[in-house]
Amino acid sequence: MTALRTVGEMSVLLAQGTDGSFWMPPGVSTVARHVDWLFNFILAISVFFFLLIVVVMTLFVIRYRRRAGAGAEASATHHTGLELTWTIIPVILVAVIFFFGFKGYLDMSTAPANAYEILVDGQKWNWSFTYPNGYVDSNLHVPVDRPVRLVMTSADVIHSLYVPAFRIKQDVVPGRYSKAWFEAMEPGEYELFCAEYCGTSHSGMIATVVVHPPGEFEIWLEKASNFLETMTPVDAGRKLFQVRGCLQCHSVDGTAKVGPTLLGVFGHSQALADGSSVTVDENYVRESILEPMAKVAAGYEPVMPTYQGRLKDAEIMAIIEYLKSLSGNG
Amino acid sequence: MTVDTPGAAAAASPATHAHDNYLTAGRGLLSWLFTLDHKRIGVMYLVGILSSFFLGGVFALLVRTELLTPGPTIMTADTYNKMFTLHGAVMIFLFIIPGIPATLGNFVLPLMLGAKDVALPRLNLASFWLWMIGAVVAVASIIMGAVDTGWTFYTPYSTTTGTAVISMTLGAFILGFSSIFTGLNFIVTVHKLRPEGMTWFKMPLFVWGIYSTAIIQVLATPVLGITLLLLIAERTLGVGIFDPALGGDPVLYQHFFWFYSHPAVYIMILPAMAIMSELMSVFSHKHIFGYRFIAWSSIAIAVLSFLVWGHHMFTSGQSGLANMVFSALTFSVAIPSAVKVFNWLATMYKGSISLDTPMLYALSFLFLFSIGGLTGLFLGALATDIHLHDTYFVVAHFHYVMFGGTVIAFLGGLHYWWPKLFGRMYSERWGRIGALLIFVGFNVTFFTQFVMGSHGMPRRYYNYLEQFKPYHQASTYGSYLLSLGFVVVAGYLLHSLFRGEKAPNNPWGGATLEWETSSPPPSSNFAHEMLAGDPYDIESLRFDPETRGYVRKDPGSVLLTRVGA
Repeated sequence: MTALRTVGEMSVLLAQGTDGSFWMPPGVSTVARHVDWLFNFILAISVFFFLLIVVVMTLFVIRYRRRAGAGAEASATHHTGLELTWTIIPVILVAVIFFFGFKGYLDMSTAPANAYEILVDGQKWNWSFTYPNGYVDSNLHVPVDRPVRLVMTSADVIHSLYVPAFRIKQDVVPGRYSKAWFEAMEPGEYELFCAEYCGTSHSGMIATVVVHPPGEFEIWLEKASNFLETMTPVDAGRKLFQVRGCLQCHSVDGTAKVGPTLLGVFGHSQALADGSSVTVDENYVRESILEPMAKVAAGYEPVMPTYQGRLKDAEIMAIIEYLKSLSGNG
Repeated sequence: MTVDTPGAAAAASPATHAHDNYLTAGRGLLSWLFTLDHKRIGVMYLVGILSSFFLGGVFALLVRTELLTPGPTIMTADTYNKMFTLHGAVMIFLFIIPGIPATLGNFVLPLMLGAKDVALPRLNLASFWLWMIGAVVAVASIIMGAVDTGWTFYTPYSTTTGTAVISMTLGAFILGFSSIFTGLNFIVTVHKLRPEGMTWFKMPLFVWGIYSTAIIQVLATPVLGITLLLLIAERTLGVGIFDPALGGDPVLYQHFFWFYSHPAVYIMILPAMAIMSELMSVFSHKHIFGYRFIAWSSIAIAVLSFLVWGHHMFTSGQSGLANMVFSALTFSVAIPSAVKVFNWLATMYKGSISLDTPMLYALSFLFLFSIGGLTGLFLGALATDIHLHDTYFVVAHFHYVMFGGTVIAFLGGLHYWWPKLFGRMYSERWGRIGALLIFVGFNVTFFTQFVMGSHGMPRRYYNYLEQFKPYHQASTYGSYLLSLGFVVVAGYLLHSLFRGEKAPNNPWGGATLEWETSSPPPSSNFAHEMLAGDPYDIESLRFDPETRGYVRKDPGSVLLTRVGA
């Protein structure tokens, strides 16, 4: 009975996240408890050996400090038994650490079969999360207490999806799909970083993981998915401008970033890299979104990726309406 | 193999202060640039390597200063990305890989063997010239717009960025050959030039460490050369090897790169361990404990270092099976390092420990390298590495090993052999102040990085979230203190060059052969052929108050008297 109760208590314990500590941020995924337990286990071993080394070193320095007229005392220059001991004990300890590290990793790398699947696209320098109904968002919204499986790829260079509160990290590689999974245990907002260096705005490639309380995720998803119908075109365009990564390179306050600002350009003339110029109208904006290399603005590198096949016509129209509003003629 | 240096015969006197020595044997810049004397090549390498360390250090300070505030502080994001790339590339390829072997190894190895020079003096000079050419090509990349890829040059970022990747990688390619030449030379030297009486297990442990390093240099570096050539081919010719847009595989690059660059970590740390074995014995005035275990552990590290590269790639998407195998192998390489640490500690037992500057660095090493090694356990274990990979925890870990280990041991070795190198002593008082400043500054700079890393601060970030600010600021202030320590060290060492007290032949009481010749040594190193005994027979020496150095109780014991000579 006692044993059963202990197992029961343990499983309750394991079903909780972890509080933060001096070393670790609060952990809110199902794997966090194991990761933190292993971290603390290795920490205990490390502190023990570190203190052993430093204390012995200090004692020897004090006890055997060189004194005038006294040399070293005679003692053995080797002792096979002793040396084998301090070879074999570390071997056993690292074998134990390896075992727990591997065991935890198996859980972390095997997603449950019923997991909710979200597609992830990494691109310099924003994330897009595509939900099963086709809706795309720049933040990761998930339901609480449900396993979520991420299928990830990159449009350009290697990125890495990292959520410290979930203790998960997985590189996002162009030309292949990598996978990660987690089950969040507490509603709230958590940071999602890019952990693989990817250029200029690598440190700005941050998204939020929003964990919705029970029943609220589906409501959010339905509402968010219908934004083209429920919002005005300008508001929908503003949302798309943020969510689809335009804002990473194009400011709307007049400052130049990787690309030109889009404040007050609609309806005006734009100088091009080939020396000619063009009036920024609906057709030029549409062309620049679908074929960015066709007419590159003077003074900027031709680095914009194409959005061909990634934005619907209605979405492009909304963005055009939003750009018009930035020129005061929306 | 012979070195024809005029005046060598005249210098062949073991007098305390030889008037003719390798420093004064020839005058003018050309007598240095075209010298075949291993000691002069070692000194030229020392100048080059310390200059590189200074340059890399300036980049580090710029990086740390930018990180004083969460937003932009003193530079743009693109400049910051170039600064941390240059810091890494200069420190790794120009400073720490050639570091100890090319400077102290070059100078000390032949002396420890009682030899006149390395086995292949012309190859040695070629190695130095290649180092200079490689350094110029690599540093020229700064003028050509610098590189922003990180020192690892990961594809497809490195094949698509508009910066001077080709110049930097070509520089690293040339520097690789310099490293191969040094390694090859040392292997031949150890095999062919050992003196009478020096069997394999009578070699000083410094020689074992340099020898193990040389094996890795010769076997691993060609892989880096091939990888960098493939990278250059992809950039210039559009051959699809690594870039998926051309049909390549970016993770393949990581395998190739780490197949060299993990063993390269041991190219950096093995010579540091080699110095440690000398310092612990000499300054404890006691025979090294467990000679054979230390010697074999160097060879074990050299062999195992080739089998663990995949631990840099646990989150890269390589298979779970590969992750398991690499994790297990990674732990195996921890064992020989642990054995060395315990044997060094045991060497102090019942010793007579002098706390001269080199020993302070040796004790610093034990403290810092223990932290560096033990934090490796968190990164070798799969479940914890997933969380810690590519965070500041990793940055702190490898700085504790590379800086707390290699740089600290290099400083210890430099202070230990400084009297032999230049025939001058330095201020012991300032030496201790410098060592203390570096120790404290280092810990403030890097210990904070462990904590912010495990809290999730990713590396290579130009801006950061507000919650990491206290750690970043402490780290930056620590780096200023650390720099002050180096200013102090540079100050008294330069002073010592010109004003330092004349050094005795054997100021510390070492029993290896380099202490049998004058300080600085004559061009031909020794007046007599040497006979090697136990390199840790510290008891065979006694302090001579007249010369303020140590002398043999039986001076004839290290001289080989040839019948009929």
